[in-house]
Amino acid sequence: MFRQARWNEPAIFELGARGRRGCTLPKIEDEVSELVGNPVKELPNAVRRSKLPGLPELSEVEVVRHFTRLSQMNYGVDSGFYPLGSCTMKYNPKINDALAGLAGLSELHPYQDESTVQGVLELLHKLSQWLAEITGTDEVCLQPSAGAHGELLGALLMRSCHKFNGNCDEKTELVVPDSAHGTNPASATMAGFNVVIVESNQKGCVNVQALKDAVSEHTAGLMLTNPNTLGIFEEDIADIAKTVHDAGGLLYYDGANLNAIMGKVRPGDMGFDIVHMNIHKTFGTPHGGGGPGSGPIGVCKELARFLPVPQVAYDAKKKWYFLDYNRPQSVGKIRGFYGNVGVLLRAYAYILSLGAEGLEEAAEISVLNANYLVKKLREIRGFELPYDAGRPRKHECVFSTKPLLKETGVRALEVAKRILDYGMHSPTTYFPLIVDEALMIEPTESVEKEELDRFVDVLRKISDEAYSNPDLVKKAPYDAAVTRLDEVKASHPKTMALSWRMHKKRNVLKDATS
Amino acid sequence: MLQEIGIESIDELYSDVPKQFRLKKKLNLPPMLSEHEVREHVERLLGKNKSNRDTPVFLGAGCWPHHVPAAVDNIVQRTEFLTSYTPYQPEISQGMLQAMFEYQSMICELTAMEVANSSMYDWASALGEAVRMAVRINHRTEVVVPRLIHPERLATLQTYVEPLNLKIKSAGYNKQTGQLDLDTLKQQVSEQTCAVYIENPSYLGFIETQVEEIAQIAHEKEALFIVGVDPTSLGILKPPGEYDADIVIGEGQPLGNHLNYGGPLLGLFACRDRAELVHQMPGRVIGMTTTLDGNKTGYCMALQTREQHIRRERATSNICTNEALCAVASTAYLALLGPQGLKELGENIMSRTQYAIKELSKIKGVRIPVFKSSHFKEFTLNIDKTGKKIDTVHKRLLSQYGVHGGKNISKEFPELGQTALYCVTEVHSKEDIDRLATGLSVILGAKR
Repeated sequence: MFRQARWNEPAIFELGARGRRGCTLPKIEDEVSELVGNPVKELPNAVRRSKLPGLPELSEVEVVRHFTRLSQMNYGVDSGFYPLGSCTMKYNPKINDALAGLAGLSELHPYQDESTVQGVLELLHKLSQWLAEITGTDEVCLQPSAGAHGELLGALLMRSCHKFNGNCDEKTELVVPDSAHGTNPASATMAGFNVVIVESNQKGCVNVQALKDAVSEHTAGLMLTNPNTLGIFEEDIADIAKTVHDAGGLLYYDGANLNAIMGKVRPGDMGFDIVHMNIHKTFGTPHGGGGPGSGPIGVCKELARFLPVPQVAYDAKKKWYFLDYNRPQSVGKIRGFYGNVGVLLRAYAYILSLGAEGLEEAAEISVLNANYLVKKLREIRGFELPYDAGRPRKHECVFSTKPLLKETGVRALEVAKRILDYGMHSPTTYFPLIVDEALMIEPTESVEKEELDRFVDVLRKISDEAYSNPDLVKKAPYDAAVTRLDEVKASHPKTMALSWRMHKKRNVLKDATS
Repeated sequence: MLQEIGIESIDELYSDVPKQFRLKKKLNLPPMLSEHEVREHVERLLGKNKSNRDTPVFLGAGCWPHHVPAAVDNIVQRTEFLTSYTPYQPEISQGMLQAMFEYQSMICELTAMEVANSSMYDWASALGEAVRMAVRINHRTEVVVPRLIHPERLATLQTYVEPLNLKIKSAGYNKQTGQLDLDTLKQQVSEQTCAVYIENPSYLGFIETQVEEIAQIAHEKEALFIVGVDPTSLGILKPPGEYDADIVIGEGQPLGNHLNYGGPLLGLFACRDRAELVHQMPGRVIGMTTTLDGNKTGYCMALQTREQHIRRERATSNICTNEALCAVASTAYLALLGPQGLKELGENIMSRTQYAIKELSKIKGVRIPVFKSSHFKEFTLNIDKTGKKIDTVHKRLLSQYGVHGGKNISKEFPELGQTALYCVTEVHSKEDIDRLATGLSVILGAKR
């Protein structure tokens, strides 16, 4: 029986007491104080803080207990099954975290002299070569902080390339399928493109004819996930690539689903010019409750000149790793320094631990697990598998609970909430947009058959509950840290509290009017 | 499982991948290693590095060495936090959501703003996003930034706004003090200006004191006032919310996050509680709410209709994965320090900075700091009068004295000559600073 901790933990601002402290600072040496006095007192009034910030005052043990309690009201991959589609919530090996904590990385400053950072530069250089090999691209840039950041960079590279070719003014449109991740159209817009949506066909794939109609001399490129968000491999990829390339466009690979195809087929070989990888998905680094992730991109030779500076390079003659800023056509910078190195180191260790065979096996098992779920879940009343049910899925599958809604009034959202009561995380809901009442399920390779069977049992039970006692499902969850939350209230102008001070202000107002 | 699915081999599940694209060889990667071998390999590799545990490093410039309390590391290693993802199911993710809400709240307390988001990638990208936000609000065509801005932040801003055809104007400075030249600023700010951006403390460590005047110049033309901060200064420096900033950004790394060779970092982003600002804000934001029955307080994502997963091409930003765990670290860090601790941290840093300036200024031929203003944490050191080059001096400092000097900024700002940017925090002891002073005086005093 699952019961999540319910600590009723107060906001940290309500804890502690005046004068309490949780940490000490190195004492200022007497000679220092004697020489400089208190320089803060000499600051002009215009810039001196007159009132201390309203932070809480706690002892170390109070802080640790507060966050320990909070962590117990949080569910991670280490807590149990986490089939959140498109997010690849695979197991995060502990050795990688241990290595990332070593002072030889954690205490390195990014502007240190190259002679003092040869180890980390070697690591980054090798990792970029491995990622190029895995994606079939010519050069990899490790800088983007997340998948969406890689997408933005990719779209900006398209822009740079068209500008270089003198037709940037003409290349104004980026084509995106209707099944795409929301980040794709958002990234395209940020990079200054107009988004052209192309619909999927009845098989859940890009409608090639519709694509041909959509592309024109204005087409800057296409952003595509393959396998797509339904978990279906875009088998017309050769035709798609040709269509886009013939129109003078570039092909962008959204790597969110790379886990399914490692060692099997490579985006570069399929004709993609730009590829991003989600290190935190495919390469087993922890998602951190929403980040930090890392979203390197790989590109074909022709685009390498536009990559941000610096690239990590190696001078074989001098046996010397260095940061190469000599890229006159570079798109510039997209962030400070060189990327989320703390995340990249974990990916380096992950690839070392698995090798070529291990990565391929990870892909295979993730696909096997998803197809096993396809088979089992199709037997559940109220669940259906839209789009070409006969085709194998890759690493994920998208079910629709439309029949369940029709017959019981229970929605996908409510099924998802009820899953929580059984001690599992829910799949992604209502995505992709081309599936009504969608449950997007990605088991990953990290679970054993028994866990998959337990998940199937849970969904079967929930289906039974929906048909026998729909209210039970509709009011779920019961056993999470809190019951169903009022998400409307959180965004309503009258009740919105986005910080403790906003909350205090609103409450004061409420008291005043009552 | 194969039987259940009705296939004979896993390969059949890839039967729809066109044959021409199937990889015909094994990936060319190093052979699989055991956990022990991986540990040995990576430890050996990282052993080639020299960190600030081996040698004092006087580098800052956007990523600063600070003490990270053990309790902070311990908290972010709680795997319920570490291995979770974006809290799409709030009922089972209350821990992370509450921590994020507390993070936002503490950033508001530090900056004296009302609203903060739950993180951006880093300061540089936060600047890009802040200026884009200003353009969404007032649809203007120019932005004014200081000439003495961090070059990587400027470069990132340029990349972020290039598609908008936004003109970036560079505001000059007083040659003696480094302070923004208000007369030229007034001429540069017009009805076309979407925002005026300043950094405080500035990139070169001096404190900008004309903040109220700058705010006024921006607001007279109805431009937004964006301020970038190092949050460790906010125990002693006036928060931007008190001098009329509309948006505050900055780098949260020094609040409990390790250097990690420059990433992950933590982009701070806060704004005023005004609808036109809040609804144009990029990034995820957590709100306080109650359970549907109204009985219990809870937390969930708020204003999601701004975000890419709902609004798609009309979203305020494409950001999805952010730096949540770094934000948890900063929340724990600020909770451990408390208001008094943050103030003492500021005093501690400022005292050591002053001590370093005073000691190093005794060296013949050294001009320090280049600008006559108050400095926090960082300062410039010019050696033009010695006829020597920063790079060669630093190489000797490292090899002969085991001290890593500051950042050579001679190429970034040629008008400043042979100048380096030094950083001193609470981790630099008097002994470290004395060692630096001894090394520099010998090297700079030498005949060649």
